[in-house]
Amino acid sequence: MDGSDEQEAAFYAIIDADGRIEPRDDMPEAYRRSLVRQIAQHAHSEIIGMQPEGNWISRAPSLRRKAILLAKVQDEAGHGLYLYAAAETLGVSRDELLDKLHTRRQKYSSIFNYPTLTWADVGAIGWLVDGAAITNQIPLTRCSYGPYARAMVRICKEESFHQRQGFEALLALTRGTPEQKAMAQDALNRWWYPSLAMFGPPDTEGGGAKRSTHTEQSMRWGIKRFSNDELRQRFVDMTVPQADVLGLRMPDPDLRWNDERGHYDFTPPDWDELFAVINGDGPCNAQRIEHRVSAHHEGQWVRDAASAYAAKRQRHLEGVA
Amino acid sequence: MRSGNANSGTRWADAELTARAQPLVEYTLRLADDALVLSQRLGEWITRAPELEEDVALANIALDLLGQARALLTYAGQTEGAGRDEDALAYLRDDREFRNVLLVEQPNGDFAVTMARQLVFAAYQYELYDRLRASADQTLAAVAAKAVKEVAYHREHAALWVRRLGDGTDESRLRMVAGLDAIRPFVDELFDTDDLISQLGAVAVDPADLREPWAAYVDAVLIDVGLELPDPDHTARGGRLGLHGEALGYLLAEMQHLHRSHPGASW
Ligand SMILES: [Fe+2]
Ligand SMILES: [Fe+2]
Repeated sequence: MDGSDEQEAAFYAIIDADGRIEPRDDMPEAYRRSLVRQIAQHAHSEIIGMQPEGNWISRAPSLRRKAILLAKVQDEAGHGLYLYAAAETLGVSRDELLDKLHTRRQKYSSIFNYPTLTWADVGAIGWLVDGAAITNQIPLTRCSYGPYARAMVRICKEESFHQRQGFEALLALTRGTPEQKAMAQDALNRWWYPSLAMFGPPDTEGGGAKRSTHTEQSMRWGIKRFSNDELRQRFVDMTVPQADVLGLRMPDPDLRWNDERGHYDFTPPDWDELFAVINGDGPCNAQRIEHRVSAHHEGQWVRDAASAYAAKRQRHLEGVA
Repeated sequence: MRSGNANSGTRWADAELTARAQPLVEYTLRLADDALVLSQRLGEWITRAPELEEDVALANIALDLLGQARALLTYAGQTEGAGRDEDALAYLRDDREFRNVLLVEQPNGDFAVTMARQLVFAAYQYELYDRLRASADQTLAAVAAKAVKEVAYHREHAALWVRRLGDGTDESRLRMVAGLDAIRPFVDELFDTDDLISQLGAVAVDPADLREPWAAYVDAVLIDVGLELPDPDHTARGGRLGLHGEALGYLLAEMQHLHRSHPGASW
């Protein structure tokens, strides 16, 4: 968009009518850049998120659970593919974005910088992390950028399936032996606060003006519909009754229903820890990137072979024609 | 991996006794263990594949094989009648009781080794299931009828990559040649026949009958890019009698550890 008033007016007319911006439409450069960053970060989270769960594929305790987990990790790879494709409609290639991930110039969700120490962590990730992802992403099915919104429709369907499966895996543990139940409680203790942190910093405190400006801008553009705190509250309200069904204790002594607000009160995560993890100081940051980069490096000769082969076939076809 | 020798005398009498007593169970375990062990190996690729599309494809193939293994293990347990379900058979047998061929337990190596193994095994399994559809045993016939469609895709997937690697870059060609070399010693065992097969008659497929159509497919793929399966400098066998390589013990240790740590638990 060259910034002409007419084009800008056309863009905001679509936004204001709750319509969809499509790749061929003019859009402000700042809108495009902001979407690229958001979609890329989302895509990176899908593929980095394969690692903590992939960690348990070889050791899943029953063949049924192994099949469910394999299918789930496969879905996450598929989500990565849809999202990189959505980003490509904005004029950036998957290679460029992967390069930014590998060189830590783009981020992914910090939740995946925690380790999966026991089998119960796989259930906890499905229940809490996919649950938080759904809470974040359902509003994005109505976001203003068409390809992103459509990718989110497909992804949300699968994420809600993952969430139910995670819950069910934990239920099997809490109804099992004392050791299994303890494993489930331990997983909840470790994953609860990191899951709350998935919604980002609080809207009002500790951040200063910069964050809220960013949020306001995203809301104006229709790529964010609810504030971080609204979404976090929604997640807590949805999850607490599910913990009761599981028979697990939330690791928060101050968590209780507030009749006046019509919501649960809860202790927010430790934001200092969150920022430390975001900035590279989590238990697995280095490991996750190192794993990704080494897979990418080791695959280079394979990708090169595939392109060389395709080029040869192309030349061959042209020669014959 | 050169230790396997099917003729090493009386030590394996127990396994052979079981085989004679319940030939259908034994045969079904052969089919099941091939699928289960290869699925476990392919699962190791996930998050490490050369590109995202391959994470998806290899997970897909691993899932298909796991599905086949589960149906077959369940059937083996039912036929045996000793109350063992799919998990008891997968998690509570030791490596000496596994009946898979040595090929499927081989470590993944690089992508070329894995694709060489995939081509050889999928082409074998395709011919096998294609004939097993007509088995006198209805359950095996039904499993085969479903699985043959899946395996047709596995075979195509491997053939495509073997062509790409064989006729891609100089490096990929060298690696593809090395990949074929690496798996060659484990090929012949696929086509071994024995008393169990003749005992089962129209229930089983004779592996020896698969060699010719298998070779027609594999050779066509390789010739297309100027490759061939080398003559083996040695052959290894013994998997059907539970004589495996050292690698299988580690594969099973990893797969079975959690299940065995919680005896009697359900998941
Ligand atoms: Fe996902
Ligand atoms: Fe998911």
